[in-house]
Formats: sequence, C-alpha cells, structure tokens
Amino acid sequence: MADNAAPLTANAVEIDNVVKRYGFVTALHGVSMQIGDGEFFTLLGPSGCGKTTLLRCIAGFEDVSEGAIRLHGQDIAPLPPHKREVNTVFQQYALFPHMTVSQNTSFGLLRLGWSAADAEARAKQVLDLVQLGQFAERRPGQLSGGQQQRVALARALAPRPKVLLLDEPLSALDLKLRQAVRSELKAIQRETGIAFVFVTHDQEEALTMSDRIAVMSAGHVQQIGTPREIYEAPSNRFVADFIGETNLLDVTVSRVADGAAEILLPGGARLSCPAALGARVGQGHLSLRPERLGITISGQGQLQATVEDHVYLGTDTQLHMRLGSGEALVVRLQNGAGAIPERGARLGLEIEAGAARLLSD
Amino acid sequence: MAGGAPGGASKSEIYKGNGPKLLLPAWLFIGVFLVMPVAIMAIYSFLTKEFRGGVIWEFTLAAYDQFFLDRGLFGDEPPSIEWTYIGIFWRSIWQAGLATVLCLLIGFPTAWFIATRDVKARSVWLFLITVPYWVNLLIRTVSMKFLIRDTGPLNEFLLALGVIDTPLALVNTNFAVQLGLFYSYLPFMVLPIYAAVERYDFSMSEAAADLYASSWATLRLVILPVVKPGIVAGCILVFVPSLGAFLAPDLLGGAKTFMIGSLIEEQFKGAAGNWPFGAAASMILLTIVMGVLLVHARAQTKGER
Repeated sequence: MADNAAPLTANAVEIDNVVKRYGFVTALHGVSMQIGDGEFFTLLGPSGCGKTTLLRCIAGFEDVSEGAIRLHGQDIAPLPPHKREVNTVFQQYALFPHMTVSQNTSFGLLRLGWSAADAEARAKQVLDLVQLGQFAERRPGQLSGGQQQRVALARALAPRPKVLLLDEPLSALDLKLRQAVRSELKAIQRETGIAFVFVTHDQEEALTMSDRIAVMSAGHVQQIGTPREIYEAPSNRFVADFIGETNLLDVTVSRVADGAAEILLPGGARLSCPAALGARVGQGHLSLRPERLGITISGQGQLQATVEDHVYLGTDTQLHMRLGSGEALVVRLQNGAGAIPERGARLGLEIEAGAARLLSD
Repeated sequence: MAGGAPGGASKSEIYKGNGPKLLLPAWLFIGVFLVMPVAIMAIYSFLTKEFRGGVIWEFTLAAYDQFFLDRGLFGDEPPSIEWTYIGIFWRSIWQAGLATVLCLLIGFPTAWFIATRDVKARSVWLFLITVPYWVNLLIRTVSMKFLIRDTGPLNEFLLALGVIDTPLALVNTNFAVQLGLFYSYLPFMVLPIYAAVERYDFSMSEAAADLYASSWATLRLVILPVVKPGIVAGCILVFVPSLGAFLAPDLLGGAKTFMIGSLIEEQFKGAAGNWPFGAAASMILLTIVMGVLLVHARAQTKGER
C-alpha cells in the first residue's frame, strides 16, 4: 500500500459541513470529509467525540441539523434509513434471535423484493465468504461471539450496499479473536470492493486496517490522513497525544518557516524540526516519540534527564525519566540492545531524526 | 468438573444421587396444592349428589349426563343434547376471548409506552397500573356498576351533554360483563408484555430499518415475533381467569349473560347446590383450558424447530 493513497476518482460518501445538535448540546460542529469508493475509512476518537453520531447520521438513525450527506452524489439527508443504500454492522450485532443465520442474512434482500430463491442463493454466497456456510440453519443464540459478528457482517454485506458502516464491530470480541478478525475484515473489504466506514476508539485497529483515518474529538475533525501521516505527522496536540505514545514538551519557538521550526528546548539546547501547519512563534508544544529517543552518557545529547523508573514490556523497556526543568518524559528502549540504565542514573537524550515535531494547538 | 465449590466438593458431587431427595419439597407442594384439589374435584364429579350440598359415595355419571343430555322434566324421555350448559360455556369462551383481544389491543400500546419511557418514569407508570388492584375486586366491580347504571355518572354526563335523551341501559348486558372483564384483567396483559418489551433490544429495530424494512414490516417481522412470549403469557393470564370469572357476570350481568364461573359458584353455594354437577362443570372447563394450552405448546415447539 502506498503511503499516500492514490486519489480516488469517485466519492462513495461526501459529508458536507454536517452539524448535529441535541437541544443545547452540539455533537458535530460542521464536519466535512470525502470517503472514496472502495476505501477503508476509519472514524477514530475517544468516546463522546461524535464518531458514532456521524455514522448514525449516514445510516439515517439521526437527522442532521445542518449540512448535507451525499451518497454517490445524491443527497440522502431527507431519506429514512430503509431507503438508504447503506448497511450497518452494529456494535452488539442486533441479530434477529427468532431467525436462522440464513434468514437473518436474506432479510434485507427479501425487503428489497428479491425472490426467495435468489435471496437464499445470495445469502449462501455471503455466508461462504465469511466462512459460516455450515451454520446457515443455526440460530444466533447457538453461535459464539465471533460467529455472531460474522453473521452481522454477512447480513449487512448481502444487499451489496454502496457503503458499509461498522460501529465498533470488534469491541465485543476478546483480544486474540479481535486481532484475527481484523485482517479478515480487511481481506473481505478488498474482495468486495465496498467502501467501509469503520468507527473505533482503538488506535491500533485504526492504524492496521485503514486506508485513511479521520481523527475526531469533541465534534470536530482533528486530522484526516493515511495511518502513516496521522502517526508521523500529527497536525496538533490532540492527534499526537491520542495516536500512539508521545511526550509533549512545552518549548519556545523562535522561527517557523516552510514547515520547519527553530526551537529552544528546556535545558537550553537548540533544535530544528518539522512543524505542523498552524504552528506559531512563541510558546509551543513539541511531540517527541518515545521509541525515537536515544540514550547517551550524561552531558551528550540535546536533553538531560534522570531515570525514575523502568517498566519491562517484553520487546521493549519503558524508562520514566524527569528533565532538569521538572517535566516527565518516557523513552522506549528495545530489549537486548544493551544494558538498561539503573534508577537514579543521569543520562543524555539524543533526539533522532523524525522523533520531534512542533504541533499546532 | 473443574473449579469446585468453596467447600472442596464440586456442585455435581453434592447433587449426585440426591436429586429425588432435593426435589421432595417441590413435589410435596405440587401434590398438596395442585394434584390433590384437582383429584378431589375429579372424584366428586363422579359421585351422587346429596340434597343439601355434599356428596354420597356412590359412583355415577349423573353429573355429566345432566350437563350434556336432556331427558325431559321427569327424566323419562329419550335423551337429546342439552344446549343450556353448552350455551353457557360457549358464551363464556366468547366473552373471555373478546376480553383477551380487547386487553391485547389496549395493553400492547400501553406496555410499549411504559417500556419506552426512561427508567424512573417507568416505575411510576407501573405503580399507577397496579394502584387500582390494592382495592378488592368485589368493591371495584360494584363501583363499576354504580358508574354505568341508569342514574350513574356516565349516563348523567351523556344526558347533560345532550348526546342521549334517555339513559343507556348498560347494566345487565353483555357489554357490562365485557367491560368488567376487561377492567379486571387488563394489568395481566400489560405486565408480561411490558417485561418482554423492556428486554427488547431496540437496535434490532434499527437493524431492520437499515435492512430496508418499513415500520410496518419491522413490527410484523421483528418486534412481534421477539416479544411474542410476553403477548402469549398476557393472553393466557387474561383468557383463563376471564373464562372462570363470576364476579363481573354476577354483578354486572343478568340471567342472559350467565357465565361458567357463576354456574359453578352456584353449585357449591347455598342449599340448592349440586356438588357433583359443579365438579363436573369444573372438570370440563379444566379440560378446555388444558386443551388450549396444549395446542399452544405444540405450536410453540413446532416453531422452535
């Protein structure tokens, strides 16, 4: 996969300045995005950020207060859910308990006026796709959580929607299963070519599966980009903090030009690093990725810090350190590469290329 | 079994071989309060009646004969079918069925309304539903009679409005009995349906709408089948006691609205009583009810398969 996803010709979904208010509370403040045909697009953010609200607006379970939602160019805002060519995989699956797996899967097809024979054939095809062919005559209650999740997926895929909406579909599965289903889901998305809009609060899920991610917070889109862009070039403090681990340092910015900045670090060293759009001269926030900081003997490096604690994480060890200026800092060292410094050791820190980035607020 | 009980012995070890002993209290309860009373009734229905109530221990089919066959005033004519009691049964079934349908039509939306309020409001509504039932059924049925009699508030109100010129004769009609049954048993419909709707996962309705089902199709194909156990329980809880009810028909109805409950009550009360006949009528009623429940159970298991 190329880092910069090729510009997608058709837009499956266009979200145009959508505002959603509940009484005096505004859940979405003018959100806009374009989701390409065949794209795996993720809405990522903490709970209450508006990602599920946006998904429900696309599905039609919520009316938008302002703005438009277009599906292949057609404004669907006035349509009720059952007239929209989108299907949803619900968080708790919402399978129909009184129907067999096969009946669940053909439910949408029969409502669309398919013949019973055609619907059954299509249901069988989709159930084979999610490897549930032999469970067609079971009821949802007789299946495991993982199997139920596949039924929900099959049921939503069967009518060949223009867009498939997935509302945290993996959150009810245990960790092992979740990891297996991730790659499977991605494979199914490629095979069907249907645009997926995937809602999650799990940044690892978002990074591993998505073509593009929209990071949301408090009803605003913070950043839209490929997983690599989001991780390596977070545009603001929220994104840097939410995606992966990061250290945020208060720094003095002396110059910003052409996407680069001159910075005065705590302790007095100078540093030039990339700057996010909107970063300004004056007080600023610097993001330092813990896995890209190197330790040296004291006196060398741009920062000086004392080791307060270490946490063993298997492949890595996390060093909790404190700068002379009092700020806490985390460094990740790969295990096996050398001795781990003792508690109380004074060390120098080398900021590797790509570790630092000046953020906008 | 892995993971035993705290005492060291696992659950299955405690229960092993002790099943019959542990079930004894349940069997005792069922035996004393269910099997024995029904058995006594069954036996009494085959005994000979004593003149002033009670029975003589001589076995006879006289009670059933009296119920089904007409042998003339002196019992010496060739038997023909006796329609009086069958007619009473038929009217009772019809009244109870109608009461069930009315309770369902009013009870389902009511239960739906309550179950879709927020948690605090729900308990208030449920409390309001049960408030009238703190008053004795007899008192409530008599009040109902006062409400609908010729000089009662309902007629006074309609007369004052000018909707009617003469009071509606409501007491002693099928309508009055129906009103009494409906009023007596409505909560028995509301509560089980409420319990079912309250458990209903509304994301299933969203899923149905998402899969191109209109509101009507969602109700018919998803909501009703899922809450069906509550509806069936409500229908049974209204139909069965309505069938045997005697307060409403006694107080609100007249001779023309006589129901099974009153017929049976009369046989055991007072000097004119005929215990074996009352027992026989009870057994026939029981057979009908069991038949209905059995048919339902059959249909249910067939649906499961």
